[in-house]
Amino acid sequence: MNLIRPYGDTLNDGKVQLSFTLPIPDGARALEAARELVLKWGFKECEIVHSAPLSAGFTFFVAYAQTEITIDFDTVVADEASKEAPMTMDETDDFIRQQIGRKVIIVGACTGSDAHTVGIDAIMNMKGYNHHFGLERYREIQAYNLGAQVPNEKLIAKARELNADAILVSQVVTQKDIHLHNMTEFIELLEAEGVRDKFICVAGGPRISNKLAIELGFDVGFGRGSYADDVASYIVRTLKERLDHPRI
Amino acid sequence: MRKKLGLSQDKIDEARALSKQICTPVLEFIDRHSSVTVERATLRLAGADLANEDGVPVPNLVVQQLASTPDGLEGGALRPYLTAMVKTGLTPEALNQKIADGLKLTEFSPIPDRDLELKAGQLIDRAEARIQKNRAFRKEKQAEGKNHDPLLYLIVATGNIYEDVKQATAAAEQGADVIAVIRTTAQSLLDYVPYGATTEGFGGTYATQENFRIMRAALDEVGEKLHRYIQLTNYASGLCMPEIAAMGALERLDMMLNDSMYGILFRDINMYRTFVDQKFSRMIDAWAGITINTGEDNYLTTSDAYEKAYTVLASQFLNERFAFAAGLPEHLMGLGHAFEMDPSITNGFLFELAQAQMAREIFPNHPLKYMPPTKFMSGDIFKGLAMNSLFCFVSKATGQGIHLLGMLTEAIHTPFMMDRYLAVENAQYVMNAMAGFEDEVEFKEGGIVKTRAAEVLDRTLAFLREIAQKGLFESIAQGDFADVKRPKDGGKGLEGLIAKGDHYWNPFESHLKRVLHLSDGSANEGGLQ
Repeated sequence: MNLIRPYGDTLNDGKVQLSFTLPIPDGARALEAARELVLKWGFKECEIVHSAPLSAGFTFFVAYAQTEITIDFDTVVADEASKEAPMTMDETDDFIRQQIGRKVIIVGACTGSDAHTVGIDAIMNMKGYNHHFGLERYREIQAYNLGAQVPNEKLIAKARELNADAILVSQVVTQKDIHLHNMTEFIELLEAEGVRDKFICVAGGPRISNKLAIELGFDVGFGRGSYADDVASYIVRTLKERLDHPRI
Repeated sequence: MRKKLGLSQDKIDEARALSKQICTPVLEFIDRHSSVTVERATLRLAGADLANEDGVPVPNLVVQQLASTPDGLEGGALRPYLTAMVKTGLTPEALNQKIADGLKLTEFSPIPDRDLELKAGQLIDRAEARIQKNRAFRKEKQAEGKNHDPLLYLIVATGNIYEDVKQATAAAEQGADVIAVIRTTAQSLLDYVPYGATTEGFGGTYATQENFRIMRAALDEVGEKLHRYIQLTNYASGLCMPEIAAMGALERLDMMLNDSMYGILFRDINMYRTFVDQKFSRMIDAWAGITINTGEDNYLTTSDAYEKAYTVLASQFLNERFAFAAGLPEHLMGLGHAFEMDPSITNGFLFELAQAQMAREIFPNHPLKYMPPTKFMSGDIFKGLAMNSLFCFVSKATGQGIHLLGMLTEAIHTPFMMDRYLAVENAQYVMNAMAGFEDEVEFKEGGIVKTRAAEVLDRTLAFLREIAQKGLFESIAQGDFADVKRPKDGGKGLEGLIAKGDHYWNPFESHLKRVLHLSDGSANEGGLQ
């Protein structure tokens, strides 16, 4: 057992900071409403340290509160794409040379109506993101970034044409769950064409979790804070495994 | 504005001369062409509106009918529309209904030119009156109230125009001077403008004329209460640049995102199509007193902001030249740039300051549009707020014109109401606390800021020389901008390009050229005086 709570300035004091907006005008009643609401959420103490009117009928609050709820850290299992630490770019290139013996082909796009290239660019562009080089920089990887607003059909056709090992699907916009529709359609199309098992299917985006991606039929999902290192390491390791143990 | 960087005026003049040299052949191409959306924009200015039962807008129906005739669209779309109007004696509104119900314009026999000219004159007068009324109203309200300097610009993006109204009203009450209603993600690639009020969109709201009208009325109402005119912005980009501009002109929008090359580079729209579309859209903007916002910030979100700073300045020069050629005066050119350098760069703040001050000095009369950090915004909202504070500092310290407020939750979700409040509060704190800074401070001779600005100008000159040699079309094809290669005959929308025939007739275009003092094929400055 390893029971933990948030740490303010003393172990297990359970202090948290909150900020939120209520659709009411500012004033003494608003402050009390905010405080009582926080207590109703199960916090034991609450102090509203700041309030400000946002517009005629809305007020913003900053609150500090204390919780007694704990979690047993020993029982927590992470939702991670891989338990192994990612390899660096050079390690991945070495791995490909030694274990796979040919170039690894990866095709990626931001699919559907989503126009945001920022995610797929961060993973694929030469430059990469935040000092993590992108897949185009890897000597042993042939990376094809098709950009944004790419229909699922086109992405799959390109992957088949290039005989790709892996397909990356980036989804940034998640308003009204459009990403779920897009990702589901992608897997359904692969299955309809009978080529789902030909590719390692990787989903990514700030609100994509590994769990969600797997539920939708992908092999893996990478969320916020993932870099090309994570994606490349996963792909080459999985590819090696598949080459060693081909599915029938 | 006092010049502090000691930039070489000769080099700035050379950059402008090169830009003119680069744009002239493109402008000659533009003048020989129209496009389906230029024709539809013209129809809209003449009164075409409405959609049929399948949601196909009347301007599209007219253009589709003509496209299937032997002469196609080379004579322009207005002649058959006005012929039908004269022959039936209907108002534009009644004719629109007939067309939506299936009326075939191609079945009317030709009428004498003088009858066409007479009808065109009436419709131009009608449009001109509406535009002049809009301009007069804007001018009067802006004189009455007081806005922030720089203008504080906030975005709403709920997908539902009625929800947008609530968010926009709250944003105005919090201090916004400009509201942009961001568009739904796929709209830039639609070759039509949807009709009517809309409540479904992804990552934004459809730009429709009815949505413009709804938001305009809401902002006028809250502006009246706040004694401050609230400007409304939309996006004249994608495959319908001139149509969006026309709708914006009619509904008194005040700003339009409008870049001469954005569609080509970032939306893979065909280059010929975009160049043709951007010019007509900018002529409409100039006529209606709409400030354009150019999209140089996009270069920096795709490429490195430190290394590629010169591409921003080069694009600003080209956007300026294309804008002059469309009759836009300097005070309506919101040339874009952004605070997008990697926050871990030592002295990154000084490099940003150098870039912003350089833009200010090279474009002294232009209301520069300054975009906030987005690329390096993470889930760390506290650091995000600190980065936005530095952005506000640079903006005020260099006298930027239009300040798009950064959100501390950028990269997490579309802004919450409280995110906008925190952004406005932060900007007002920073900008008030350093109100006199710009006037107080000089830059050290040989120091980081002056050296950096001079370097960027030099790289820009070298880059412009290279483009001038290759030609702009070739330069884009080779990937000189934003690291993307766009083949001349590739991209979307090329099939909608129209070579003007001998009998091409567009009295609205002629009218705009007349009032904007523009002549054919000229890269020279026109402009409403």
